[in-house]
Amino acid sequence: MKILVAVKRVIDYNVKIRVKPDNSDVDLTNVKMAMNPFCEIAVEEAVRLKERGVASEVVAVTVGPKAAQEQLRTALALGADRAIHINTSAETDEKVESLAVAKLLQKVVEEEQPQLVILGKQAIDTDNNQTGQMLAALTGLPQGTFASEVKVEGDKLQVTREIDGGLQTVALSLPAIVTTDLRLNEPRYAKLPDIMKAKKKPLATQTPAELGVEVASKVTLLKVESPAERQGGIKVGSVDELVEKLKNEAKVIS
Amino acid sequence: MSILVLADHHDGQLGSATAHVVAAAQQMAKESGGDIDVLVAGENVSAVAETAAQLDGVTRVRVADNAVYAHQLAEPLGDLLAALADDYSHVLASASTTGKNVLPRLAALKDVSQLSDIIGVASADTFQRPIYAGNAIATVQSADRLKVITVRTSAFEAVSESGSAAIETVDTVVDNALSAFVGEELAQSERPELGAAKVVISGGRGMGSGENFKLLDGIADKLGAAIGASRAAVDAGFVPNDMQVGQTGKIVAPELYIAVGISGAIQHLAGMKDSKVIVAINKDEEAPIFQIADYGLVADLFEALPELESKL
Ligand SMILES: Cc1cc2nc3c(=O)[nH]c(=O)nc-3n(C[C@H](O)[C@H](O)[C@H](O)COP(=O)(O)OP(=O)(O)OC[C@H]3O[C@@H](n4cnc5c(N)ncnc54)[C@H](O)[C@@H]3O)c2cc1C
Ligand SMILES: Nc1ncnc2c1ncn2[C@@H]1O[C@H](COP(=O)(O)O)[C@@H](O)[C@H]1O
Repeated sequence: MKILVAVKRVIDYNVKIRVKPDNSDVDLTNVKMAMNPFCEIAVEEAVRLKERGVASEVVAVTVGPKAAQEQLRTALALGADRAIHINTSAETDEKVESLAVAKLLQKVVEEEQPQLVILGKQAIDTDNNQTGQMLAALTGLPQGTFASEVKVEGDKLQVTREIDGGLQTVALSLPAIVTTDLRLNEPRYAKLPDIMKAKKKPLATQTPAELGVEVASKVTLLKVESPAERQGGIKVGSVDELVEKLKNEAKVIS
Repeated sequence: MSILVLADHHDGQLGSATAHVVAAAQQMAKESGGDIDVLVAGENVSAVAETAAQLDGVTRVRVADNAVYAHQLAEPLGDLLAALADDYSHVLASASTTGKNVLPRLAALKDVSQLSDIIGVASADTFQRPIYAGNAIATVQSADRLKVITVRTSAFEAVSESGSAAIETVDTVVDNALSAFVGEELAQSERPELGAAKVVISGGRGMGSGENFKLLDGIADKLGAAIGASRAAVDAGFVPNDMQVGQTGKIVAPELYIAVGISGAIQHLAGMKDSKVIVAINKDEEAPIFQIADYGLVADLFEALPELESKL
Protein backbone atom coordinates (compact mmCIF):
# COMPACT_ATOMS: atom_id res chain seq x y z
CA MET A 1 0.00 0.00 0.00
CA LYS A 2 0.97 3.60 -0.55
CA ILE A 3 1.47 5.90 2.43
CA LEU A 4 1.34 9.68 2.31
CA VAL A 5 3.12 11.54 5.13
CA ALA A 6 2.58 15.25 5.81
CA VAL A 7 5.53 17.11 7.28
CA LYS A 8 5.72 20.69 8.47
CA ARG A 9 8.69 23.01 8.78
CA VAL A 10 8.64 24.64 12.21
CA ILE A 11 10.96 26.28 14.68
CA ASP A 12 13.35 23.75 16.27
CA TYR A 13 11.75 22.56 19.49
CA ASN A 14 14.79 23.51 21.58
CA VAL A 15 14.70 27.16 20.55
CA LYS A 16 13.25 29.67 22.99
CA ILE A 17 11.12 31.98 20.90
CA ARG A 18 10.99 35.78 21.03
CA VAL A 19 8.01 37.98 20.34
CA LYS A 20 8.64 40.85 17.91
CA PRO A 21 8.85 44.27 19.61
CA ASP A 22 5.83 45.50 17.62
CA ASN A 23 3.78 42.51 18.85
CA SER A 24 2.87 41.55 15.29
CA ASP A 25 4.13 37.97 15.57
CA VAL A 26 6.91 35.73 16.81
CA ASP A 27 10.35 36.64 15.45
CA LEU A 28 11.62 33.86 13.20
CA THR A 29 14.57 35.67 11.63
CA ASN A 30 17.75 33.60 11.90
CA VAL A 31 16.02 31.02 14.04
CA LYS A 32 16.88 27.34 13.63
CA MET A 33 14.10 25.52 11.80
CA ALA A 34 13.42 21.79 11.72
CA MET A 35 10.83 19.16 10.97
CA ASN A 36 7.98 19.21 13.48
CA PRO A 37 8.79 16.43 16.02
CA PHE A 38 5.41 14.74 15.51
CA CYS A 39 6.06 14.67 11.75
CA GLU A 40 9.40 12.91 12.34
CA ILE A 41 7.41 10.24 14.13
CA ALA A 42 4.97 10.10 11.20
CA VAL A 43 7.82 9.59 8.71
CA GLU A 44 9.39 6.95 10.95
CA GLU A 45 6.14 5.00 11.20
CA ALA A 46 5.65 5.04 7.43
CA VAL A 47 9.23 3.93 6.81
CA ARG A 48 8.89 1.11 9.34
CA LEU A 49 5.70 -0.08 7.61
CA LYS A 50 7.65 -0.13 4.37
CA GLU A 51 10.56 -2.01 5.95
CA ARG A 52 8.09 -4.59 7.24
CA GLY A 53 6.70 -5.04 3.74
CA VAL A 54 3.30 -3.58 4.64
CA ALA A 55 3.81 -0.42 2.58
CA SER A 56 5.13 -0.31 -0.96
CA GLU A 57 5.77 3.40 -1.31
CA VAL A 58 6.14 6.37 1.05
CA VAL A 59 5.40 9.85 -0.30
CA ALA A 60 6.20 12.92 1.81
CA VAL A 61 4.32 16.19 1.30
CA THR A 62 4.72 19.66 2.72
CA VAL A 63 2.89 22.94 2.33
CA GLY A 64 5.09 25.98 2.74
CA PRO A 65 7.70 28.31 1.29
CA LYS A 66 10.67 27.15 -0.80
CA ALA A 67 12.74 26.58 2.33
CA ALA A 68 10.36 23.82 3.43
CA GLN A 69 12.04 21.63 0.80
CA GLU A 70 14.76 21.11 3.41
CA GLN A 71 12.28 19.16 5.51
CA LEU A 72 11.22 17.13 2.48
CA ARG A 73 14.87 16.24 1.88
CA THR A 74 15.06 15.14 5.51
CA ALA A 75 12.02 12.92 5.00
CA LEU A 76 13.65 11.46 1.88
CA ALA A 77 16.87 10.83 3.80
CA LEU A 78 14.86 9.04 6.47
CA GLY A 79 13.43 6.69 3.87
CA ALA A 80 10.56 8.33 1.97
CA ASP A 81 10.63 7.46 -1.74
CA ARG A 82 9.56 10.76 -3.24
CA ALA A 83 8.28 14.14 -2.17
CA ILE A 84 5.71 16.76 -3.10
CA HIS A 85 6.19 20.43 -2.29
CA ILE A 86 3.14 22.65 -2.38
CA ASN A 87 4.79 26.01 -2.70
CA THR A 88 2.88 28.82 -1.03
CA SER A 89 5.47 31.58 -1.58
CA ALA A 90 3.37 33.28 -4.25
CA GLU A 91 0.27 33.48 -2.06
CA THR A 92 1.81 34.26 1.27
CA ASP A 93 5.10 34.37 3.10
CA GLU A 94 3.16 33.73 6.22
CA LYS A 95 1.71 30.63 7.69
CA VAL A 96 -1.07 28.76 5.99
CA GLU A 97 -3.94 27.86 8.34
CA SER A 98 -4.74 24.24 9.13
CA LEU A 99 -7.99 24.31 7.11
CA ALA A 100 -6.17 25.43 3.97
CA VAL A 101 -3.43 22.83 4.54
CA ALA A 102 -6.13 20.18 4.91
CA LYS A 103 -7.77 21.29 1.64
CA LEU A 104 -4.44 21.13 -0.18
CA LEU A 105 -3.71 17.70 1.29
CA GLN A 106 -7.18 16.59 0.20
CA LYS A 107 -6.19 17.35 -3.41
CA VAL A 108 -2.99 15.36 -3.00
CA VAL A 109 -4.97 12.46 -1.53
CA GLU A 110 -7.35 12.54 -4.52
CA GLU A 111 -4.38 12.53 -6.88
CA GLU A 112 -2.23 9.94 -5.12
CA GLN A 113 -4.94 7.66 -3.68
CA PRO A 114 -2.88 6.51 -0.66
CA GLN A 115 -4.28 3.80 1.62
CA LEU A 116 -2.93 5.54 4.67
CA VAL A 117 -2.10 9.17 5.44
CA ILE A 118 0.04 9.85 8.51
CA LEU A 119 0.33 13.32 10.03
CA GLY A 120 1.67 14.64 13.31
CA LYS A 121 -0.94 15.24 15.98
CA GLN A 122 0.14 18.83 16.47
CA ALA A 123 2.49 21.38 14.99
CA ILE A 124 4.58 22.83 17.81
CA ASP A 125 4.37 26.38 16.46
CA THR A 126 0.61 26.94 16.30
CA ASP A 127 -0.18 24.05 18.67
CA ASN A 128 -3.33 23.66 16.56
CA ASN A 129 -3.90 19.91 16.57
CA GLN A 130 -6.43 20.08 13.71
CA THR A 131 -5.07 19.24 10.28
CA GLY A 132 -5.42 15.43 10.37
CA GLN A 133 -8.98 15.60 11.69
CA MET A 134 -9.89 18.20 9.05
CA LEU A 135 -8.34 16.13 6.28
CA ALA A 136 -10.32 13.11 7.46
CA ALA A 137 -13.57 15.07 7.36
CA LEU A 138 -12.84 16.55 3.91
CA THR A 139 -11.94 13.19 2.39
CA GLY A 140 -14.73 11.35 4.23
CA LEU A 141 -12.20 8.98 5.79
CA PRO A 142 -11.96 7.63 9.33
CA GLN A 143 -9.35 9.02 11.71
CA GLY A 144 -7.12 7.49 14.35
CA THR A 145 -5.70 10.50 16.18
CA PHE A 146 -2.99 10.63 18.89
CA ALA A 147 -1.81 7.16 17.91
CA SER A 148 0.58 5.21 20.12
CA GLU A 149 0.24 1.99 18.10
CA VAL A 150 -0.83 1.28 14.52
CA LYS A 151 -1.48 -2.19 13.10
CA VAL A 152 -2.67 -3.07 9.63
CA GLU A 153 -4.95 -6.11 9.81
CA GLY A 154 -6.31 -7.13 6.42
CA ASP A 155 -8.47 -4.31 5.15
CA LYS A 156 -8.68 -2.72 8.60
CA LEU A 157 -6.40 -0.50 10.60
CA GLN A 158 -6.22 -0.94 14.35
CA VAL A 159 -5.13 2.22 16.12
CA THR A 160 -4.41 2.61 19.83
CA ARG A 161 -5.02 6.21 20.85
CA GLU A 162 -3.72 8.20 23.81
CA ILE A 163 -6.85 9.66 25.42
CA ASP A 164 -7.33 11.62 28.63
CA GLY A 165 -8.17 8.66 30.84
CA GLY A 166 -5.69 6.19 29.29
CA LEU A 167 -5.75 4.31 25.99
CA GLN A 168 -8.51 3.59 23.48
CA THR A 169 -8.33 1.18 20.55
CA VAL A 170 -10.41 1.69 17.41
CA ALA A 171 -10.71 -0.26 14.16
CA LEU A 172 -10.85 1.85 11.02
CA SER A 173 -11.69 0.96 7.45
CA LEU A 174 -8.93 1.74 4.95
CA PRO A 175 -8.03 4.18 3.55
CA ALA A 176 -7.62 6.06 6.82
CA ILE A 177 -5.96 9.06 8.42
CA VAL A 178 -3.64 8.67 11.42
CA THR A 179 -2.04 11.34 13.59
CA THR A 180 0.98 10.47 15.71
CA ASP A 181 1.59 10.83 19.42
CA LEU A 182 5.09 10.86 20.93
CA ARG A 183 5.09 7.25 22.07
CA LEU A 184 4.32 5.74 18.65
CA ASN A 185 8.02 5.24 17.92
CA GLU A 186 11.48 6.67 18.41
CA PRO A 187 12.54 8.32 15.13
CA ARG A 188 15.94 7.43 13.68
CA TYR A 189 18.59 9.95 12.65
CA ALA A 190 19.40 10.34 8.98
CA LYS A 191 22.81 8.88 8.05
CA LEU A 192 25.17 10.82 5.81
CA PRO A 193 25.00 8.40 2.82
CA ASP A 194 21.20 8.58 3.01
CA ILE A 195 21.31 12.36 3.08
CA MET A 196 23.42 12.24 -0.10
CA LYS A 197 21.05 9.75 -1.73
CA ALA A 198 18.04 11.87 -0.80
CA LYS A 199 19.33 14.68 -3.04
CA LYS A 200 18.63 12.48 -6.05
CA LYS A 201 15.15 11.33 -5.06
CA PRO A 202 12.25 12.91 -6.96
CA LEU A 203 10.71 16.09 -5.58
CA ALA A 204 7.73 17.55 -7.45
CA THR A 205 6.44 21.08 -6.93
CA GLN A 206 2.88 22.34 -7.20
CA THR A 207 1.10 25.53 -6.20
CA PRO A 208 -2.21 26.08 -4.42
CA ALA A 209 -3.47 27.83 -7.59
CA GLU A 210 -2.70 24.72 -9.67
CA LEU A 211 -4.60 22.64 -7.17
CA GLY A 212 -7.47 25.14 -7.18
CA VAL A 213 -7.33 25.86 -3.47
CA GLU A 214 -7.78 29.30 -1.90
CA VAL A 215 -5.40 29.60 1.06
CA ALA A 216 -6.74 32.84 2.57
CA SER A 217 -8.24 32.48 6.04
CA LYS A 218 -11.01 34.35 7.85
CA VAL A 219 -8.96 34.38 11.03
CA THR A 220 -6.81 37.48 11.62
CA LEU A 221 -3.87 37.56 13.97
CA LEU A 222 -4.33 40.83 15.84
CA LYS A 223 -1.34 40.62 18.14
CA VAL A 224 1.18 38.34 19.77
CA GLU A 225 2.43 38.97 23.29
CA SER A 226 4.81 37.36 25.71
CA PRO A 227 3.03 35.60 28.52
CA ALA A 228 3.18 37.14 31.97
CA GLU A 229 6.61 36.28 33.35
CA ARG A 230 6.67 34.35 36.58
CA GLN A 231 8.66 36.07 39.29
CA GLY A 232 11.57 33.82 40.17
CA GLY A 233 11.14 32.61 43.73
CA ILE A 234 13.55 31.63 46.45
CA LYS A 235 15.52 28.57 47.42
CA VAL A 236 14.65 27.05 50.75
CA GLY A 237 17.33 25.39 52.86
CA SER A 238 15.38 22.48 54.26
CA VAL A 239 12.14 20.54 54.19
CA ASP A 240 11.14 22.29 57.42
CA GLU A 241 11.55 25.67 55.81
CA LEU A 242 9.57 24.54 52.77
CA VAL A 243 6.65 23.37 54.90
CA GLU A 244 6.75 26.56 56.95
CA LYS A 245 6.65 28.75 53.80
CA LEU A 246 3.83 26.78 52.23
CA LYS A 247 1.79 27.12 55.42
CA ASN A 248 2.47 30.66 56.50
CA GLU A 249 3.63 32.58 53.43
CA ALA A 250 1.91 30.96 50.44
CA LYS A 251 -0.93 29.65 52.60
CA VAL A 252 -1.59 26.77 50.21
CA ILE A 253 -1.47 24.02 52.83
CA SER A 254 -2.83 23.94 56.37
CA MET B 1 -27.34 33.71 17.96
CA SER B 2 -26.93 30.83 20.34
CA ILE B 3 -23.94 28.85 21.46
CA LEU B 4 -23.69 25.06 21.55
CA VAL B 5 -21.38 23.40 24.09
CA LEU B 6 -20.42 19.77 23.59
CA ALA B 7 -20.52 18.07 26.99
CA ASP B 8 -17.64 15.94 28.24
CA HIS B 9 -18.72 12.74 29.92
CA HIS B 10 -17.57 9.25 30.70
CA ASP B 11 -18.99 6.33 32.66
CA GLY B 12 -22.39 7.96 32.74
CA GLN B 13 -21.07 11.06 34.50
CA LEU B 14 -20.69 14.62 33.34
CA GLY B 15 -17.02 15.61 33.22
CA SER B 16 -15.94 18.60 35.29
CA ALA B 17 -14.67 20.33 32.13
CA THR B 18 -18.14 21.23 30.88
CA ALA B 19 -18.83 23.75 33.68
CA HIS B 20 -15.69 25.62 32.60
CA VAL B 21 -16.65 25.63 28.93
CA VAL B 22 -20.09 27.00 29.80
CA ALA B 23 -18.31 29.82 31.64
CA ALA B 24 -16.37 30.65 28.46
CA ALA B 25 -19.64 30.52 26.50
CA GLN B 26 -21.21 33.00 28.92
CA GLN B 27 -18.44 35.48 28.19
CA MET B 28 -19.09 35.12 24.45
CA ALA B 29 -22.85 35.53 24.91
CA LYS B 30 -22.44 38.64 27.05
CA GLU B 31 -23.04 41.08 24.18
CA SER B 32 -25.62 39.11 22.20
CA GLY B 33 -27.46 37.64 25.17
CA GLY B 34 -27.97 34.47 23.12
CA ASP B 35 -28.87 31.10 24.56
CA ILE B 36 -26.35 28.49 25.66
CA ASP B 37 -27.28 24.91 24.81
CA VAL B 38 -25.37 21.84 25.92
CA LEU B 39 -25.25 18.76 23.71
CA VAL B 40 -24.90 15.42 25.44
CA ALA B 41 -24.16 12.74 22.86
CA GLY B 42 -23.61 9.12 23.84
CA GLU B 43 -25.42 5.98 24.87
CA ASN B 44 -27.44 5.82 28.10
CA VAL B 45 -26.64 9.39 29.01
CA SER B 46 -29.81 10.57 30.74
CA ALA B 47 -27.99 11.00 34.06
CA VAL B 48 -25.35 13.11 32.31
CA ALA B 49 -28.08 15.29 30.84
CA GLU B 50 -29.66 15.82 34.26
CA THR B 51 -26.38 17.02 35.77
CA ALA B 52 -25.73 19.25 32.75
CA ALA B 53 -29.19 20.82 33.20
CA GLN B 54 -28.07 22.10 36.62
CA LEU B 55 -25.19 24.15 35.21
CA ASP B 56 -25.83 27.85 35.61
CA GLY B 57 -26.38 29.78 32.40
CA VAL B 58 -27.54 26.80 30.34
CA THR B 59 -30.82 27.29 28.45
CA ARG B 60 -31.39 23.80 27.07
CA VAL B 61 -29.71 20.44 27.26
CA ARG B 62 -30.04 18.51 24.01
CA VAL B 63 -29.60 14.77 24.30
CA ALA B 64 -28.59 12.47 21.44
CA ASP B 65 -28.80 9.04 23.03
CA ASN B 66 -27.98 6.28 20.58
CA ALA B 67 -25.56 3.37 20.26
CA VAL B 68 -23.87 5.09 17.30
CA TYR B 69 -22.65 7.82 19.69
CA ALA B 70 -21.27 5.39 22.28
CA HIS B 71 -17.59 6.05 23.04
CA GLN B 72 -17.99 9.40 21.25
CA LEU B 73 -16.13 8.31 18.13
CA ALA B 74 -15.12 11.27 15.99
CA GLU B 75 -16.86 10.29 12.75
CA PRO B 76 -20.49 10.04 13.99
CA LEU B 77 -20.04 12.84 16.53
CA GLY B 78 -18.65 15.15 13.84
CA ASP B 79 -21.62 14.40 11.58
CA LEU B 80 -24.09 14.98 14.42
CA LEU B 81 -22.53 18.34 15.29
CA ALA B 82 -22.52 19.32 11.62
CA ALA B 83 -26.25 18.52 11.44
CA LEU B 84 -26.97 20.75 14.46
CA ALA B 85 -24.47 23.57 13.94
CA ASP B 86 -26.52 25.72 11.57
CA ASP B 87 -28.64 26.93 14.49
CA TYR B 88 -25.60 28.32 16.28
CA SER B 89 -23.01 31.07 16.01
CA HIS B 90 -20.46 29.19 18.15
CA VAL B 91 -19.79 25.53 18.89
CA LEU B 92 -17.49 24.95 21.86
CA ALA B 93 -15.88 21.94 23.49
CA SER B 94 -13.19 21.54 26.10
CA ALA B 95 -9.67 20.94 24.81
CA SER B 96 -9.97 17.33 26.02
CA THR B 97 -8.89 14.50 23.77
CA THR B 98 -12.56 14.15 22.74
CA GLY B 99 -12.95 17.84 21.94
CA LYS B 100 -9.68 17.92 20.01
CA ASN B 101 -10.67 14.79 18.12
CA VAL B 102 -14.08 16.00 16.99
CA LEU B 103 -14.20 19.78 16.66
CA PRO B 104 -11.74 20.10 13.76
CA ARG B 105 -13.92 17.58 11.90
CA LEU B 106 -16.96 19.78 12.45
CA ALA B 107 -15.04 22.88 11.34
CA ALA B 108 -13.88 21.24 8.10
CA LEU B 109 -17.39 19.94 7.35
CA LYS B 110 -18.65 23.52 7.71
CA ASP B 111 -15.71 25.04 5.83
CA VAL B 112 -14.61 27.24 8.73
CA SER B 113 -11.41 27.49 10.78
CA GLN B 114 -11.12 26.10 14.25
CA LEU B 115 -9.57 27.95 17.17
CA SER B 116 -7.73 25.64 19.56
CA ASP B 117 -7.34 25.88 23.29
CA ILE B 118 -8.50 29.45 23.93
CA ILE B 119 -7.57 30.98 27.29
CA GLY B 120 -9.38 34.30 27.01
CA VAL B 121 -12.48 35.87 25.45
CA ALA B 122 -12.13 39.52 24.39
CA SER B 123 -15.47 39.59 22.57
CA ALA B 124 -17.77 37.22 20.68
CA ASP B 125 -15.26 37.00 17.81
CA THR B 126 -11.88 37.74 19.42
CA PHE B 127 -9.97 35.32 21.60
CA GLN B 128 -6.59 34.71 23.22
CA ARG B 129 -4.77 31.44 22.71
CA PRO B 130 -1.29 30.19 23.56
CA ILE B 131 1.09 29.32 20.73
CA TYR B 132 4.64 27.92 20.77
CA ALA B 133 3.99 25.86 23.91
CA GLY B 134 2.61 28.89 25.70
CA ASN B 135 5.72 30.99 25.10
CA ALA B 136 3.56 33.49 23.25
CA ILE B 137 -0.09 34.46 23.51
CA ALA B 138 -1.89 35.25 20.27
CA THR B 139 -5.01 37.39 20.01
CA VAL B 140 -7.05 36.24 17.03
CA GLN B 141 -10.24 37.49 15.46
CA SER B 142 -12.49 35.21 13.46
CA ALA B 143 -14.79 36.43 10.69
CA ASP B 144 -16.19 32.95 10.11
CA ARG B 145 -20.00 32.78 10.36
CA LEU B 146 -19.65 29.74 12.63
CA LYS B 147 -16.96 29.81 15.28
CA VAL B 148 -15.66 26.40 16.27
CA ILE B 149 -13.55 26.59 19.41
CA THR B 150 -11.88 24.36 21.98
CA VAL B 151 -11.45 25.84 25.44
CA ARG B 152 -8.61 25.41 27.92
CA THR B 153 -10.67 24.65 31.01
CA SER B 154 -8.06 25.80 33.54
CA ALA B 155 -8.40 29.34 32.17
CA PHE B 156 -12.09 29.70 33.01
CA GLU B 157 -13.71 29.46 36.45
CA ALA B 158 -16.45 26.80 36.46
CA VAL B 159 -20.09 27.94 36.64
CA SER B 160 -21.98 26.64 39.66
CA GLU B 161 -24.79 24.11 39.65
CA SER B 162 -28.00 25.79 40.66
CA GLY B 163 -29.76 25.92 37.30
CA SER B 164 -32.59 23.87 35.87
CA ALA B 165 -32.41 23.90 32.10
CA ALA B 166 -34.95 22.16 29.86
CA ILE B 167 -33.92 18.75 28.55
CA GLU B 168 -34.80 17.90 24.95
CA THR B 169 -34.21 14.88 22.79
CA VAL B 170 -32.29 15.14 19.54
CA ASP B 171 -33.55 12.57 17.05
CA THR B 172 -30.74 12.92 14.53
CA VAL B 173 -29.09 9.55 14.02
CA VAL B 174 -26.13 9.24 11.67
CA ASP B 175 -24.47 6.09 10.28
CA ASN B 176 -20.93 5.12 10.95
CA ALA B 177 -19.37 2.51 8.72
CA LEU B 178 -15.90 4.03 9.05
CA SER B 179 -14.79 3.33 12.59
CA ALA B 180 -15.55 0.92 15.42
CA PHE B 181 -14.67 0.88 19.08
CA VAL B 182 -12.44 -2.07 20.01
CA GLY B 183 -11.43 -1.50 23.61
CA GLU B 184 -10.24 0.84 26.28
CA GLU B 185 -7.68 0.73 29.08
CA LEU B 186 -8.53 3.41 31.56
CA ALA B 187 -6.42 4.19 34.57
CA GLN B 188 -8.27 3.62 37.82
CA SER B 189 -7.53 6.11 40.51
CA GLU B 190 -9.09 7.19 43.78
CA ARG B 191 -7.34 10.51 43.48
CA PRO B 192 -8.82 13.72 42.08
CA GLU B 193 -8.59 14.30 38.31
CA LEU B 194 -5.37 16.05 37.27
CA GLY B 195 -7.27 18.87 35.60
CA ALA B 196 -9.51 19.54 38.62
CA ALA B 197 -7.15 18.98 41.57
CA LYS B 198 -6.18 21.88 43.87
CA VAL B 199 -2.78 20.31 44.44
CA VAL B 200 -0.72 18.35 41.92
CA ILE B 201 2.52 16.54 42.67
CA SER B 202 4.45 15.32 39.62
CA GLY B 203 7.46 13.07 39.25
CA GLY B 204 10.02 13.09 36.46
CA ARG B 205 12.83 10.95 35.19
CA GLY B 206 14.62 11.63 38.49
CA MET B 207 12.14 9.29 40.21
CA GLY B 208 14.17 6.47 38.69
CA SER B 209 11.39 3.87 38.46
CA GLY B 210 7.64 3.31 38.55
CA GLU B 211 8.04 1.69 41.96
CA ASN B 212 9.52 4.91 43.34
CA PHE B 213 6.40 6.86 42.37
CA LYS B 214 4.96 5.32 45.56
CA LEU B 215 7.06 7.94 47.39
CA LEU B 216 4.57 10.50 46.08
CA ASP B 217 1.51 8.60 47.32
CA GLY B 218 1.72 9.46 50.99
CA ILE B 219 2.22 13.15 50.25
CA ALA B 220 -0.62 13.12 47.72
CA ASP B 221 -2.86 11.47 50.35
CA LYS B 222 -2.08 14.15 52.90
CA LEU B 223 -2.61 17.02 50.46
CA GLY B 224 -5.55 15.57 48.53
CA ALA B 225 -3.36 15.89 45.46
CA ALA B 226 -3.50 14.38 41.99
CA ILE B 227 -0.28 12.75 40.75
CA GLY B 228 1.25 13.81 37.45
CA ALA B 229 4.43 13.08 35.52
CA SER B 230 6.81 14.45 32.94
CA ARG B 231 6.98 12.98 29.47
CA ALA B 232 10.32 11.40 30.28
CA ALA B 233 8.73 9.49 33.17
CA VAL B 234 5.94 8.32 30.86
CA ASP B 235 8.37 7.37 28.08
CA ALA B 236 10.51 5.41 30.51
CA GLY B 237 7.39 3.41 31.36
CA PHE B 238 7.30 4.54 35.01
CA VAL B 239 3.65 5.61 34.77
CA PRO B 240 0.81 5.62 32.20
CA ASN B 241 0.44 8.32 29.55
CA ASP B 242 -2.68 9.86 31.05
CA MET B 243 -0.52 11.28 33.87
CA GLN B 244 1.60 13.40 31.54
CA VAL B 245 1.61 17.14 32.15
CA GLY B 246 2.82 19.47 29.42
CA GLN B 247 2.48 20.93 25.94
CA THR B 248 1.31 17.59 24.61
CA GLY B 249 -0.21 16.23 27.81
CA LYS B 250 -2.55 17.74 30.36
CA ILE B 251 -2.57 21.42 31.16
CA VAL B 252 -3.00 22.08 34.86
CA ALA B 253 -3.20 25.24 36.96
CA PRO B 254 -3.65 24.14 40.58
CA GLU B 255 -3.12 26.19 43.73
CA LEU B 256 0.04 24.21 44.40
CA TYR B 257 2.22 22.27 41.95
CA ILE B 258 5.14 20.23 43.27
CA ALA B 259 7.67 19.11 40.63
CA VAL B 260 9.94 16.33 41.84
CA GLY B 261 12.95 15.17 39.80
CA ILE B 262 11.79 17.22 36.82
CA SER B 263 14.31 19.42 34.99
CA GLY B 264 11.84 21.99 33.65
CA ALA B 265 11.89 21.61 29.84
CA ILE B 266 9.71 24.22 28.09
CA GLN B 267 7.33 21.47 27.00
CA HIS B 268 6.74 20.53 30.62
CA LEU B 269 6.45 24.15 31.78
CA ALA B 270 3.77 24.69 29.12
CA GLY B 271 1.51 22.40 31.11
CA MET B 272 1.98 23.81 34.62
CA LYS B 273 3.44 27.30 34.66
CA ASP B 274 0.07 28.92 35.36
CA SER B 275 -0.10 27.14 38.72
CA LYS B 276 -0.46 29.56 41.61
CA VAL B 277 2.45 28.30 43.68
CA ILE B 278 5.21 26.11 42.26
CA VAL B 279 7.59 24.01 44.35
CA ALA B 280 10.56 22.24 42.79
CA ILE B 281 12.61 19.50 44.38
CA ASN B 282 15.71 18.67 42.36
CA LYS B 283 19.26 17.71 43.24
CA ASP B 284 20.74 19.85 40.46
CA GLU B 285 20.74 23.48 41.59
CA GLU B 286 21.11 24.59 37.95
CA ALA B 287 17.90 22.83 36.84
CA PRO B 288 15.76 25.29 34.82
CA ILE B 289 12.69 24.42 36.90
CA PHE B 290 14.14 26.58 39.68
CA GLN B 291 13.79 29.68 37.48
CA ILE B 292 10.02 29.48 37.70
CA ALA B 293 9.60 27.84 41.09
CA ASP B 294 8.37 29.96 43.99
CA TYR B 295 10.10 27.62 46.41
CA GLY B 296 13.03 25.54 45.29
CA LEU B 297 14.59 22.80 47.39
CA VAL B 298 17.96 21.52 46.20
CA ALA B 299 17.93 18.00 47.57
CA ASP B 300 17.95 14.33 46.76
CA LEU B 301 14.33 13.39 46.35
CA PHE B 302 14.85 10.03 48.02
CA GLU B 303 15.65 11.89 51.24
CA ALA B 304 13.37 14.88 50.80
CA LEU B 305 10.14 13.04 49.99
CA PRO B 306 9.95 10.82 53.11
CA GLU B 307 10.84 13.81 55.25
CA LEU B 308 8.21 15.97 53.56
CA GLU B 309 5.58 13.30 54.06
CA SER B 310 6.36 13.03 57.75
CA LYS B 311 6.26 16.80 58.29
CA LEU B 312 2.97 17.53 56.58
C1 LIG C 1 7.28 17.71 20.70
C2 LIG C 1 7.61 17.45 22.12
C3 LIG C 1 6.60 17.49 23.06
C4 LIG C 1 6.87 17.24 24.40
N1 LIG C 1 5.85 17.30 25.29
C5 LIG C 1 6.12 17.13 26.60
C6 LIG C 1 5.09 17.23 27.59
O1 LIG C 1 3.91 17.44 27.29
N2 LIG C 1 5.43 17.10 28.89
C7 LIG C 1 6.72 16.86 29.29
O2 LIG C 1 6.95 16.75 30.50
N3 LIG C 1 7.70 16.74 28.38
C8 LIG C 1 7.43 16.85 27.05
N4 LIG C 1 8.44 16.70 26.15
C9 LIG C 1 9.76 16.24 26.63
C10 LIG C 1 10.61 17.37 27.22
O3 LIG C 1 11.32 18.02 26.17
C11 LIG C 1 11.63 16.79 28.22
O4 LIG C 1 12.40 15.80 27.59
C12 LIG C 1 10.98 16.18 29.47
O5 LIG C 1 10.03 17.07 30.03
C13 LIG C 1 12.05 15.86 30.48
O6 LIG C 1 11.48 15.20 31.59
P1 LIG C 1 12.19 15.20 33.00
O7 LIG C 1 12.33 16.59 33.49
O8 LIG C 1 11.46 14.24 33.88
O9 LIG C 1 13.59 14.51 32.69
P2 LIG C 1 15.06 15.12 32.70
O10 LIG C 1 15.15 16.31 31.84
O11 LIG C 1 15.97 13.99 32.45
O12 LIG C 1 15.24 15.63 34.19
C14 LIG C 1 15.34 14.79 35.30
C15 LIG C 1 15.65 15.69 36.50
O13 LIG C 1 15.66 14.90 37.68
C16 LIG C 1 16.69 15.36 38.53
N5 LIG C 1 17.05 14.25 39.42
C17 LIG C 1 17.62 13.07 39.08
N6 LIG C 1 17.79 12.30 40.17
C18 LIG C 1 17.32 13.01 41.22
C19 LIG C 1 17.24 12.77 42.62
N7 LIG C 1 17.65 11.60 43.14
N8 LIG C 1 16.73 13.73 43.41
C20 LIG C 1 16.32 14.92 42.89
N9 LIG C 1 16.37 15.20 41.58
C21 LIG C 1 16.88 14.27 40.75
C22 LIG C 1 17.80 15.77 37.60
O14 LIG C 1 18.65 16.73 38.21
C23 LIG C 1 17.02 16.36 36.42
O15 LIG C 1 16.84 17.76 36.55
C24 LIG C 1 8.18 16.93 24.80
C25 LIG C 1 9.21 16.88 23.86
C26 LIG C 1 8.93 17.13 22.53
C27 LIG C 1 10.02 17.05 21.53
N1 LIG D 1 2.12 23.31 6.22
C1 LIG D 1 2.00 21.98 6.40
N2 LIG D 1 2.54 21.12 5.51
C2 LIG D 1 2.43 19.78 5.68
N3 LIG D 1 1.83 19.23 6.72
C3 LIG D 1 1.28 20.02 7.64
C4 LIG D 1 1.33 21.44 7.54
N4 LIG D 1 0.69 21.96 8.61
C5 LIG D 1 0.27 20.91 9.37
N5 LIG D 1 0.63 19.74 8.78
C6 LIG D 1 0.42 18.37 9.27
O1 LIG D 1 -0.59 18.38 10.26
C7 LIG D 1 -0.05 18.02 11.53
C8 LIG D 1 -0.77 18.76 12.62
O2 LIG D 1 -0.63 20.14 12.46
P1 LIG D 1 -1.61 21.20 13.13
O3 LIG D 1 -2.99 20.70 12.94
O4 LIG D 1 -1.35 22.47 12.39
O5 LIG D 1 -1.21 21.29 14.57
C9 LIG D 1 1.45 18.28 11.40
O6 LIG D 1 2.20 17.50 12.30
C10 LIG D 1 1.68 17.88 9.95
O7 LIG D 1 1.74 16.46 9.82
